[in-house]
Amino acid sequence: MKSVILSTASRLVHPLLLMFSVFLLLRGHNEPGGGFSGGLMAASAFVLHALAHDAQTARRALKVQPQTLIGAGLLAALAAGIVALAIGEPFLTGSWTSFHMPGLGEWTLGTPLLFDVGVYLVVVGVSMLIILSMAED
Amino acid sequence: MAPVGKPVTLFLQTFGQQDTHPASAVTKIMIECLLTIFGLALVAPFLHWALRSTTHWFLGAIVAGITTWLALQLPAVASGATLHAAFAWVPALGVNFSLMADGLGLLMALIICGIGTLIVIYAGGYLADHPLLGRFYAYILLFMGSMLGVVLADNIIVLFIFWELTSISSYLLIGFDHERAAARAAALKALLVTSLGGLALLAGLLLMGTAAGSYELNEILTRGDVVRSHTLYVPILILILLGAATKSAQFPFHFWLPAAMEAPSPVSAYLHSATMVKAGVFLLARLTPALGGTPAWQGSLVAIGAITMLVGAILSLSSDGLKRILAYSTVSVLGTLTMLIGIGTLTAIQAAVLYLMAHALYKGALFLLAGSVSHATHLYDADDLGGLARRMPLTAVAGFLAALSMMGIPPLLGFIGKESLYEATMTAASEIGKAGTDHYSTGWTRPIMSLTPLAVAAHMLLFVVVVRVGVRPFLGRSRPSAHPPQEVSPSLWLGPLVPAVVGIIGGLLAGNVGSLIVAPAVMAVRGEPHEAAPLALWHGLTPELALSALTLFGGLILFAARRRLVQAAASLSRLADWGPDAGYDRALATLNLAAKTQTRVLQNGYLRWYLLTVLSVTVLLVGYPLIEHMELPEIKNLSDIWHFELMLAAMTLISAYAAVRATTRLGAVAALGAVGYSVALIYVYYGAPDLAMTQFLIETLMVILFVLVFYHLPPFSIFSGRAARLRDTLLALAFGAMMTMLILTTRANQSQPRISEYFVEHSLTEAHGRNIVNVILVDFRAIDTLGEITVLAVAAVGVFALLKLRRSAKKEEMR
Amino acid sequence: MNLVLAVVVGGLYAAGLYLMARRSVVKLIIGLCLIGHASNLLIFVSGGLTRGRPPLIRPGAETLTAPYADPLPQALILTAIVIGFGVLAFAMVLIHKVYVAVGSDDLDQMKSTDA
Repeated sequence: MKSVILSTASRLVHPLLLMFSVFLLLRGHNEPGGGFSGGLMAASAFVLHALAHDAQTARRALKVQPQTLIGAGLLAALAAGIVALAIGEPFLTGSWTSFHMPGLGEWTLGTPLLFDVGVYLVVVGVSMLIILSMAED
Repeated sequence: MAPVGKPVTLFLQTFGQQDTHPASAVTKIMIECLLTIFGLALVAPFLHWALRSTTHWFLGAIVAGITTWLALQLPAVASGATLHAAFAWVPALGVNFSLMADGLGLLMALIICGIGTLIVIYAGGYLADHPLLGRFYAYILLFMGSMLGVVLADNIIVLFIFWELTSISSYLLIGFDHERAAARAAALKALLVTSLGGLALLAGLLLMGTAAGSYELNEILTRGDVVRSHTLYVPILILILLGAATKSAQFPFHFWLPAAMEAPSPVSAYLHSATMVKAGVFLLARLTPALGGTPAWQGSLVAIGAITMLVGAILSLSSDGLKRILAYSTVSVLGTLTMLIGIGTLTAIQAAVLYLMAHALYKGALFLLAGSVSHATHLYDADDLGGLARRMPLTAVAGFLAALSMMGIPPLLGFIGKESLYEATMTAASEIGKAGTDHYSTGWTRPIMSLTPLAVAAHMLLFVVVVRVGVRPFLGRSRPSAHPPQEVSPSLWLGPLVPAVVGIIGGLLAGNVGSLIVAPAVMAVRGEPHEAAPLALWHGLTPELALSALTLFGGLILFAARRRLVQAAASLSRLADWGPDAGYDRALATLNLAAKTQTRVLQNGYLRWYLLTVLSVTVLLVGYPLIEHMELPEIKNLSDIWHFELMLAAMTLISAYAAVRATTRLGAVAALGAVGYSVALIYVYYGAPDLAMTQFLIETLMVILFVLVFYHLPPFSIFSGRAARLRDTLLALAFGAMMTMLILTTRANQSQPRISEYFVEHSLTEAHGRNIVNVILVDFRAIDTLGEITVLAVAAVGVFALLKLRRSAKKEEMR
Repeated sequence: MNLVLAVVVGGLYAAGLYLMARRSVVKLIIGLCLIGHASNLLIFVSGGLTRGRPPLIRPGAETLTAPYADPLPQALILTAIVIGFGVLAFAMVLIHKVYVAVGSDDLDQMKSTDA
């Protein structure tokens, strides 16, 4: 089902959707969003790509194997927990640091964000692994 | 006889127990002996691997050492001391690991270790070529340790655990040749019968412990009056009797013992004649001070014992195999012992102890001998053997000695045993009547009088047994056979010969045996000091001697007429169709049938039947109380419902209905998508934007997934009939209605504060996040989320593997 | 408002179970999916309903002021939705594989284990 309109639109929309997914991920701590919805949004972007072209193209667009994403995500989430262990707190306790960025104001970064990034990566990887395997079948 | 002093109790101090008694080296050794045997059981296979053909001598030496140590304790115990060792095991439950060696326990321990030594040595010769000999050593030592634990236990929990361990090791040993179906079936039979009895025993022991207020045997035994007058006395008696009767193969549980002859000969000699089957009798003797003396006790034990004695003797005639004949005669002897303990007079207990000793020696010898003979000749039936005395002189000597002891001919120990048996049955009535002040009842005078003829009859029949097994094979013309018999190796003739010789020594030194071994054991059973005439080999011309002579004479006549007897017994065997053995088979078959039937009904392989079963049970169990306690506060304020909500609800339900009624796959997927988006709208509407967003995205992916998969799947088809659809509709609606009611009821009865209040309060202050749902996911409950993303990863890997696997299979095909 | 959603949950369960009791594998999957929705909504309703007050702390505020929607069931459901997706995808592939192996979409034909 190749459609010129869809493939053209997807070429334009794809990066936008990806950017939006990262935006969802980053704002998740204070506004609706987060790793789950962000990850699903990113997966949707690649699925759109797959529908517009084919699964192979989507796989190439993804650059890395979905399995790698899953592994990286799980490691990131685990790392967020281990940071707490390293500083003598119970596993997965959040720790925070605040700093001032010129022009962007006060920023607060913490291990929960790293954890959320892990969730994001796992969700992208899982969705892509499932859908691409099926589409190629 | 040695004067009976006050029992000296020695305590072992361990595990920080503050005990004023000094830790005694003697009692410590008792525990170490037990541990040594269990330790040897653990390392036996490796030991055998290292020592090969000398293992049995090595193991035999160690066990002999333990026997010697036990024998050295005899004088102390004879002077009235009781060896004690205890440490806290499960203090929270009041269970101590405590051991006790009194006269009875020490006698049994001596038999276990003494015959055990010979068995280990014998097994090394008997099973020399068996590839699993190392494992055999492990099993037999495991049994030895367990049995030692049973007879030395001072805590009823400890007793029970060792008791069950003997059942398990017996199972392993009977089924040692596990490649033969008959051995496996026999092992299972023994295990099922004895462990069912074991369960009854556990219940009985616990009840008895509760009644007496202690789990320590030495305390329970002093509180006999409390136990006997307790309201639960009869249940306790029945349960414990069940345990003892199954273990000691009493009628009607006797059938497992002949079947157990599938075991190798040393096992039969050790477990099924000398030790394990005596555990039930031992238990009854041990508990006599606590339970004995009542009419119920005397009546049941004497009845069971007498019946078993006769049934065993009769059945021994109808068998041909050497070992089966011996097994039935063992059943008969076990019945005799139970009967004697039931009679419970001083003479009877003394007879029981003597008879038990004599039997362990001669029957162990005969079993080993049967094994040696079969080993040498490859023949197993009694009537096929003859003239072996010239070829196997040492074995023949052992056979003659054991046989003479079993016949009860002086000067062997068996003679004294049988004399005292007759004395006990003859004097029982008068002794019980005389002891009016005693707690022994007088109501059983008449039946006890008639026990003497029964005992004489049984022993006439056993005479035939002993001639067939112990004498005939060695006399007469030797039969031509494929395997010309030769004298067996030392380890094989030592086993039968030593107990047979001990039997004659014991008879000659009757006085010493009486004061050193019998008297302390009798005291332990009677629970009180006693004055009995010292044992002697020769009592003069007494009525018992006349009975012995009568037995021999009758036995000779029966032996002469044995062919006709065997025919008569064979015609009796038609009764076996209604016997306990057939009952066991039927019970087992019924159990299997019931298991099969319920599996066919419940595990029928139809998914929807599982579903319908689960649903209907849930609807019944949950729905009924819901209707009972239903309150509907919400119905009152219907005006609270907004139109928009109604529209949303209607949209969801209509989409769901459309999914049910859809006739095409695409229609169903579209309807399903509509349900998903409606649910997402519900989330939006009730303040869950995160959920709504996730739901929208997932729904989109899901629809794509459906399209991808359904492309490969067939179109809808209707398989079930109208009736089935109606049934499923009704059940599904009932379940739906139940869920609705469940929600309304839980909402109406919510009184606990919300857990989320903590999260709401600390979300910004501690976790620096304003989106509380996200904070819960990545901070407060992050470990749950970690688990959940792991599940996701596993599901994805599963999908990947399923598809990859198929691809590689395709490649295979292409090749 | 609880009443309305309770009826919706009941209706979804009924529809899902009816479909799961059918012999066609495709209907089984759709039924499974409907039951997933029903269960999520069940948790959602059981936590109590609040109209239009998401559990988001407004800028400048330290904490939420009642009434607000309960965040805990929402967190539970959020992961349940995503996991449900994963599990359903697995079920679909499994059923697809069985269909290829057995050659029928009639569940009654999939009884035998050595097909």
